[in-house]
Amino acid sequence: MAKYEAPPLMSDDGIVDIPVVVPDTMKGAGPFISKPEFQKPMNFPDDIEQDEEGNWSLIPNWKEEALNKLDDLRGRYRSLQVYLDICVKCGACTDKCHYYLGSSDPKNMPVARQDLLRKVYRRYFTFAGKYFPKLVGATDLTEEVVDDWYNYYHQCSQCRRCSVFCPYGIDTAEVSMAAREILNHIGRGQKYSTEIMGKVYKIGNNLGLPQAALADTLEGLEEDIEDETGVPVKLPLDQHGADILLVTPSADFFAEPHVDGLIGYAKVFHELGLSWTLSSYASEGANFGMFIGSYENMRKISMRVRKAAEDLGVKRIVFGECGHAWRVAYSFLNTLAGPFDFLDARYPVPQHVLEITWPALRDGKLNIDKSRNDDMTLTFHDSCNVARGSNMGDQENGQFDFPRNVIKAVCNNYIDMPEDTTKDATFCCGGGGGILTDDLMDIRIKGALPRMEALQHVTDKYGVTHMAAICAICKSQFTKVIPYYGFSMDQIVSVHQLVSNALILTGQVDEDEVTEGEE
Amino acid sequence: MALEVNGSTIEQDEEGYLVDLSSWTPDIATALAAEEDVELSEEHWDIINFLREYYEEYQIAPAVRVLTKAVGKRLGKDKGNSKYLYSLFPYGPGKQACKYAGLPKPTGCV
Repeated sequence: MAKYEAPPLMSDDGIVDIPVVVPDTMKGAGPFISKPEFQKPMNFPDDIEQDEEGNWSLIPNWKEEALNKLDDLRGRYRSLQVYLDICVKCGACTDKCHYYLGSSDPKNMPVARQDLLRKVYRRYFTFAGKYFPKLVGATDLTEEVVDDWYNYYHQCSQCRRCSVFCPYGIDTAEVSMAAREILNHIGRGQKYSTEIMGKVYKIGNNLGLPQAALADTLEGLEEDIEDETGVPVKLPLDQHGADILLVTPSADFFAEPHVDGLIGYAKVFHELGLSWTLSSYASEGANFGMFIGSYENMRKISMRVRKAAEDLGVKRIVFGECGHAWRVAYSFLNTLAGPFDFLDARYPVPQHVLEITWPALRDGKLNIDKSRNDDMTLTFHDSCNVARGSNMGDQENGQFDFPRNVIKAVCNNYIDMPEDTTKDATFCCGGGGGILTDDLMDIRIKGALPRMEALQHVTDKYGVTHMAAICAICKSQFTKVIPYYGFSMDQIVSVHQLVSNALILTGQVDEDEVTEGEE
Repeated sequence: MALEVNGSTIEQDEEGYLVDLSSWTPDIATALAAEEDVELSEEHWDIINFLREYYEEYQIAPAVRVLTKAVGKRLGKDKGNSKYLYSLFPYGPGKQACKYAGLPKPTGCV
């Protein structure tokens, strides 16, 4: 582990204590800047230069372009214009952000972070700010302000917990997205996001996993499942005429515990007799266009899903365990890439994999042996974009109930974390919204603090051993940062991994039974 | 960033990965590891060599499960798991081992 210091866990009720403000603790240069080669495929300006010390310039007419972009965005999105105008600084959001709670830096209070943009908006676009800037806290746009934008808007994971507590309903994530979109256009793109999106355009997924490697990986998984169960469960790729296109984060092919979730989906589909396929062209669920506030790039990535669905001739689109994929799919897919009138109208467009698994479990269509998960006591981490930006099963609170119902249907031991840290008040894992990059490790560890307090509480009080999640970012972030808090990385599991453990396939012969028989 | 190896300058990106992947040599791997105070043992080289072979065929680092399975087959079942790989590459086998092997960094939600 690299050397970072995690804040100590100190609460006795699982709720993080509100820290005393310590200004500028997280002042810094922000994440790695997107170089011209990564800016170009995004259609962002790339006329920036690096000096001898390695510092990147802004584009030549950056100030004018920044203000133009702000004007453009407030015209495009009435919501943004409203959010810039209506904040009354009541302070309800100040102690709601995991990054403030973990870092004590007052600029990570949502109101203060958003005011970095608001003060410039007021200076150039409001009467009072133009003529009496000091009276209304309006400030000139300077390079120092841009530096603060770049640094602090990359300490917001767009999780929208603060918005839940805002009496005006200001969606602060939209303000962060707008700020990043302005930065994109003045030479301050974020390398992590733009490099990844370039790979989606070139290869089809965030990892840059080409078709041949994907096919080889899936074949290996088929072998593993057959070795373990004796049942030839398939993970089809690019299969024309399949009924379902499964779009899942590429981390599901690559990382642990993600891949155990993918095996779970495959087993469920197999057992229900569903015809399905993955697509190498749209082999990515996550849509980083949302993180950087770029409508054009978000749309371009979404259109790949549509094209894959059309080319393969599927009737349904199902999304795997990916928080940001589901947010974009649930909230925006139809307007980004619709209409989906070529799909089967009897099914939701799009559908979440839990909307297949839960009804199947509820109706007794899957043979489950819960005792196979008896070595664990589970809790569930609500992923922010699922919890606060979507729904499941077209019923109130479905996005909270479906994953819990599934876990309880396949596990005997389940405990919820404290109320202020779950469901619509859930805390971000600390890595969402484009923050899951090694160059932001310090804020990632600090941002995980509120969730770690809650997990420690249920560990001490109820003997919780594992935390399940339904988002690739949550899973990767936690496996990486929980060791800093004294947990171990294998305590994080996929929800469909639990399903996979407990599901007895028709004709299943367990590996250990075969070995015993042979001996 | 740059690294001096056998008198020539090797260019690295911000995170220490090679800019020109084709410039990789075993000496560079040793130098990259030394930068992080790691001395490459035979066990490290087993992993690095497999990564390079896989990369040559598929143009990407292998998935964690592909890697553990291959290691298990080559070096014995007790070594075919993440724990063994993390004991060799504590910063994460995916990222740290890829760096030494001259592969691009795995990106995305990993």
